[in-house]
Amino acid sequence: MKKPVVSIIIAVVVIVAAAVIYYATRPPEAAATIKIGVIGPMQYVQGIGHWNGATMAADEINAAGGIQVGDKKMKIELVQADSNEFINITDATNAMERLITNDKVDFIVGGFRTEAVLPMQDIAMENKKIFIGVGAAHDELCLRVAKDYDTYKYFFRGSPFNSSYLGRTSFIHLGTVAAILKNTLNIENIKVAIAAEKAIWTEPMIKASEGVIPKMGMELAGVWRPSPVATDVTAELSAIQRSGAHIIFTIFSSSVGIPFARQAGELKIPAVQVGINVEAQKDGFWQATQQMGNYVSTLNTYCRGVEYNELTKPFVDGYVERFGETPTYTADTYTAIKYALKPTIEKAGTLDADTLVAILENASYMAPSGKVEYLKDENGNHMHELKWGPGNITALGVQWQDGELKGFWPNKWKAVPEAPEVTYKGIVPYKIPPWVIEAYKK
Amino acid sequence: MYWGHMVLDIIISGLISGSVYALLAIGFSLIFGVARIVNIAHTAFYMVAGYCIYYTTHEMGFHPVWGMFAAVIVVTGLGMICYRFLINPIREHEGAVLIATIALAMALQEIMTIMFTGTYLSVPSLVKGYLVILGVKVFYQQLLTFIAALVALGVLWALLMKTRLGLAIRSTAQDKEVANLMGINEARVAMITMGISVGLASFTGAIVVPLTILDPLMWMHPLIMMMAVVVLGGLGSLKGSFIGAYILGFAEAIVVFAIPAGAFLKGSAALSIMILVLIIRPEGLFGVTFEEER
Repeated sequence: MKKPVVSIIIAVVVIVAAAVIYYATRPPEAAATIKIGVIGPMQYVQGIGHWNGATMAADEINAAGGIQVGDKKMKIELVQADSNEFINITDATNAMERLITNDKVDFIVGGFRTEAVLPMQDIAMENKKIFIGVGAAHDELCLRVAKDYDTYKYFFRGSPFNSSYLGRTSFIHLGTVAAILKNTLNIENIKVAIAAEKAIWTEPMIKASEGVIPKMGMELAGVWRPSPVATDVTAELSAIQRSGAHIIFTIFSSSVGIPFARQAGELKIPAVQVGINVEAQKDGFWQATQQMGNYVSTLNTYCRGVEYNELTKPFVDGYVERFGETPTYTADTYTAIKYALKPTIEKAGTLDADTLVAILENASYMAPSGKVEYLKDENGNHMHELKWGPGNITALGVQWQDGELKGFWPNKWKAVPEAPEVTYKGIVPYKIPPWVIEAYKK
Repeated sequence: MYWGHMVLDIIISGLISGSVYALLAIGFSLIFGVARIVNIAHTAFYMVAGYCIYYTTHEMGFHPVWGMFAAVIVVTGLGMICYRFLINPIREHEGAVLIATIALAMALQEIMTIMFTGTYLSVPSLVKGYLVILGVKVFYQQLLTFIAALVALGVLWALLMKTRLGLAIRSTAQDKEVANLMGINEARVAMITMGISVGLASFTGAIVVPLTILDPLMWMHPLIMMMAVVVLGGLGSLKGSFIGAYILGFAEAIVVFAIPAGAFLKGSAALSIMILVLIIRPEGLFGVTFEEER
């Protein structure tokens, strides 16, 4: 009686195993659509930006008939993957695996935290999938391309430009604001406090800041390192005030940017905030700080009313109209799909990754945030790193002014003395908070 | 002068953090002492109270004071419902209760994420502005939080020490079987204690939320600190929780002010103190020894 039961079980197991192997290894059917995986923390503003930007690009492309691949038009199909990377990096790598092995996407855009994007990048590279990173800034992501081109050539940086350039741009903002303080308030010796969250991406920026600030003729008042998720920074702010700092150079990408701005505003700390505060780039910052984030400035990619070129306004206005908020840099999945992937696929006439990489890495194209070109390292190796500078991508210096985010930089900016001045359309003057004027006016 | 200000900063910052930790830890200790329930969801209720205030003030337009009342009532009710249907049936199995409350906390986190997304939100302060005490700026809201915490602790002390209910709670905490034999309805006392415990968590959420930001993960850091306080003070000891809370609150403040570049280490420093104390006194500052407990 036992033997037939065992035989049946074995037979069932064999059939199921055979079916699984068949479906897992069968050649893909000719796809009718181009599948693009959009990966990001979908319950958070960053992931919502990834998805919104991608949706907008896909809808515009599909409405125009799709992408011309050889002799046929193919529409875009987006696949959403929640990386949950703020909570669990393993969730992010699992989501990437799922996109590639289960959803069988052709391309991937997104990613946010460097800590998560590095392992996600490895998975995409192993599977030879083009992955345009839109969110993580660490230099290592593109240094890998130069160091091991054959493995990492399928990765391109989409947005923002790397940590080194982020630092460089922030120092320019710091110098700009310091000059305004000096000229307006007659402060001779500007003291700068660095407030940087404890995270990998801030380490090189802190090191650079410690060297650059004295070279810029300013005094370093100290370095404060709150936790990225700190909710009470009154202790740090009190200590910063005691240091006599006139400027707080912020390096924040996490939630700590909100309590820091709110509590500094409420305590009327007599120091202006300049640098990077990713939370201050979002429309929700005004509510989140209970209007105490007034006069906080940050590096940013988009700002209502500010135009890099003729593509900026249609994108920003269209995004605001559709989603009710200003796009943040993670919404550059729009650029990744519409201005990077689409023309490259159409030029190549194929979805073959190697062919596309060869075209994209030499491409030069306009996007809503500026002209995109990719860098090579000093040895001429492709890095797939965004080129920074006037004529390419510079980003903006933005400041909260009475409930609205306004662009204040570049305003007659010269990258080098002999270079032409750069001022984007819609730029307004920087405002010093009244309590800072009150504290230092002579 | 600088050192004088720094000491004052440490005192004020330590008192405020310590009071918040004390409120959370005493609520946690109370239900552990009475019913041996390790309620990991304790700070998740604190988070839900924060969202309740956000919803009633931002979405419904009520004044924050009404939001706070609503939050305490709604969350206390929610806590008692959870106790009745989730914890009470498995109360005798401590391991199962532990796992169930972890699951409950995660569920509350996910529900808040679905309802409000992971976007960082905030609620307005009850009193805006700040006061300068000997050169140190202190938010009115911080003072309010500190006073409210002390009042809540005072009321709780009076409840436990001066009322028949308090006597029943303390008796049950001391010896459940004997309390039962003395005619105390131990199950009802446990239910009421759970209500008080969650009420304290929601009250803490209500008074702290204007000082912080709302996000679905905001319950995790207070949970770690609360557990550290409870272990440091001695499991189930209310006095231990009270003193342990201030020790860790001051430890955090000292780290931030004395080592500015290591401010992120404040939690780790506090936990290190807990470990040090446990090495010297494994039962915590005011806990019963494990041998006695057996």
